[in-house]
Amino acid sequence: MEDINQKRAESAQVILRMTGIGKSFLGIRVLRGIDLSATAGEVHAVVGENGAGKSTLMKILAGVHQPDEGTVEIGGETRSFAHPVEAQRAGVAIIYQEFNLLPERSVADNVFLGREPTRRGLVDRAAMDEATSRLLDELDEHSFGPRALVKDLSVAQQQVVEIVKALSVDARIVVMDEPTAALAEHEVELLYRLIRRLQGRGIAVLYISHRLREVFDLADRVTVLKDGAHVATVPAKDVTTGELVKMMVGRELDAYFPAKAEESAIGEVRLTVRGGGNGKLDGIDLELRAGEIVGVAGLQGSGRSSLVKAIFGAEPFTRGEMTPARPASVRAGVAAGIGLVTEDRKAEGLALNQSVRDNALLVARAIGHRSRTTVSDLLRRVQLAPPRQETEVKYLSGGNQQKVVLAKWLTVSPKVLLFDEPTRGVDVGAKAAIHDLMRELANAGTAILMISSELPELIGMSDRIVVLRDGRVAGQLPAGSSEEAVMALAAADGVAA
Amino acid sequence: MIALVANPTRAVYAALIATLAIGWALVAFDGGTFTLNDLVGIQQRSAALGIVAVGQTLAILAGSLDLSVAYLISLVSLIAAETMAGQTSNILTAVVVALGVSALVGLVNGVVITKLKVHAFIATLGVALVIRGVLDHLYDGPAGRVPVDFQQLGYARIGPIPVAAILWAAVAVGVWFLLRRTRFGHRVYAVGGDVEVARLSGVRTDRVVIAAHVLCSLCAGVAGLLLASRLGAGAPTVGTDGGYDLESIAAVVLGGTALAGGRGGVAGTVGGVLLLAVLDSVFNQLEVNSFFKDVVRGVVIVVAVAVYARRTGRRAS
Repeated sequence: MEDINQKRAESAQVILRMTGIGKSFLGIRVLRGIDLSATAGEVHAVVGENGAGKSTLMKILAGVHQPDEGTVEIGGETRSFAHPVEAQRAGVAIIYQEFNLLPERSVADNVFLGREPTRRGLVDRAAMDEATSRLLDELDEHSFGPRALVKDLSVAQQQVVEIVKALSVDARIVVMDEPTAALAEHEVELLYRLIRRLQGRGIAVLYISHRLREVFDLADRVTVLKDGAHVATVPAKDVTTGELVKMMVGRELDAYFPAKAEESAIGEVRLTVRGGGNGKLDGIDLELRAGEIVGVAGLQGSGRSSLVKAIFGAEPFTRGEMTPARPASVRAGVAAGIGLVTEDRKAEGLALNQSVRDNALLVARAIGHRSRTTVSDLLRRVQLAPPRQETEVKYLSGGNQQKVVLAKWLTVSPKVLLFDEPTRGVDVGAKAAIHDLMRELANAGTAILMISSELPELIGMSDRIVVLRDGRVAGQLPAGSSEEAVMALAAADGVAA
Repeated sequence: MIALVANPTRAVYAALIATLAIGWALVAFDGGTFTLNDLVGIQQRSAALGIVAVGQTLAILAGSLDLSVAYLISLVSLIAAETMAGQTSNILTAVVVALGVSALVGLVNGVVITKLKVHAFIATLGVALVIRGVLDHLYDGPAGRVPVDFQQLGYARIGPIPVAAILWAAVAVGVWFLLRRTRFGHRVYAVGGDVEVARLSGVRTDRVVIAAHVLCSLCAGVAGLLLASRLGAGAPTVGTDGGYDLESIAAVVLGGTALAGGRGGVAGTVGGVLLLAVLDSVFNQLEVNSFFKDVVRGVVIVVAVAVYARRTGRRAS
């Protein structure tokens, strides 16, 4: 009884109050006068375009950066953190987009890293395992134990490890940075459940996401940041998606997606696959025509990325027919006019330490292609602003990096362009620009195949949707199909989420 | 076979046993014998390299490495022998001074790497060159004298087991325990695995790297003492002649520890050192040309790492 009363009392309690936060880097003001508060058991979404200041604000909360002005109060006490560990001790846990886990170590080792319990001076592994098991049980996670190695876990399971880590330090505030970016649709549901559990424990969850649907699914309140300033904090139920987007970008994105291809605009067949298969794929039949964008849907592990890699020649088909001839290597794929915009642009798409110019010319140089267009033309075509060619790519935002990847392929004018999650981790404005570019390319006669885990994007962009399941084509759907129809086909019949 | 390769530590021991068996067969076929004495001899010869390699394991696991160990070994042998000057009563002082200098060198390595942010390769190479300069300036040959009592360390046996081998075993077990059961050990793996993850988890990463280097240099110091006791004197080339810098790194990598850090351990290193030593012994017995010996050693190391790389690659895909 007392417990319940206490929980109720806490539920109204303000755990976090950031007031008037300002921050400059090298004389450039990135944050000014930001207010943000969170109460126990609240999910508070923080949204804004890339560069709006969300990450900086969260890094101030986490003690990675120190604010130039303003105060951070946690549990009514004013705090200033000189080091991330101090923030952690004060009850702030951050789950970054790229997990902070050691793949070669066990779950328990990761959970207790930096604060291993000891007994008589030695690490008490039994206590670590036990505490970890207990927290895993509380989260209803039974698919792995405390001694499993992190590298053997799926992305969703690793996220659970991060959450366990947060719980084990008794975090009162948990910040989640784009937590669904690497999850498949059905794993998102599990994450929602975990977040509800955190709420139930009276933890304040700060939820950063580009996916507004999640914001509406989860959040009690939404704070919108723009260009380093606070735009508004509103209850989630009082705003619409359109209003939120308008607040974020300062303009109404009337049409989310560019218009679909006209029937007449779809031209000759650019690529066919008959009975294509390899270790991960089987019996793939596919046809791509000039001028169309074909979406690829499927759950994590359904073979979506394997499909584009097979067509591209990175993990070639070992069976079946393909026109142009089945590429046995990436080089052959590129020579046949096929390009791939990879899912992980930092690891696979770009040489981060090199300039925009060098990256844009990567493919052309690799195959000795003499491009007639200049790099500045290319960058103008992909609307990369400012087109400073000597800037190292690592300093660009996610959206601009993706534009450089696109420019890289435009140098060789591919006939077929494959996109694997083209707008992952990209802000709303840049996303629309990338969508427009894709459509423009299609209109200019390129055949496009696009994977996306975001159903609204997939449906909004595609002239046709191919659904994969267990490495096979489960079916095809026409433009404008419903999310339910796609999911029903992607998950085994009747088990749709 | 796949199960064996899946775990580098197990793989290196399997290779060790296979090499012993094949070596024994070859030697027998050649008309010789491979006796317990030879096995003991292997232990004795590999003790110095083994101790250095165990220290090197710490540095490499922490994501660093140490190229200064060979010159440090020479320096320590000279300091110890000169301080002892043939007097048994000076042994304790000499050991303390020698290990103190070793710890200091490790401290310098660690501080240069962490505070000045110089890559370990360059930092420890620089320190190695500094030590070489000092050695070249002060010595042109063996110097100092080690008393007979201290020579026991290099030659005495307890039963059939050489004291040197026991010393090696003690160092290996000590470091193994450190890595497995202490916070420091856990943090060595964390820092080597991902410095940023470790830092954000509250690990004072600089201290871990510095401590790993101090321990690595201490191990080199112990090896230097051992070699001085064998030689009966200190020698400015004892470390480099033995090739302890690169050979210790090779043994660690052969034992399955990732050169990038964060994965591996002492058990593998011990296997790696023994494997190299057994190869050596077999070749000696067979009176194989020493250049050919080096060729085989080189091939073994490259093949081993290629095998481990295949295994990691398969997992990642």
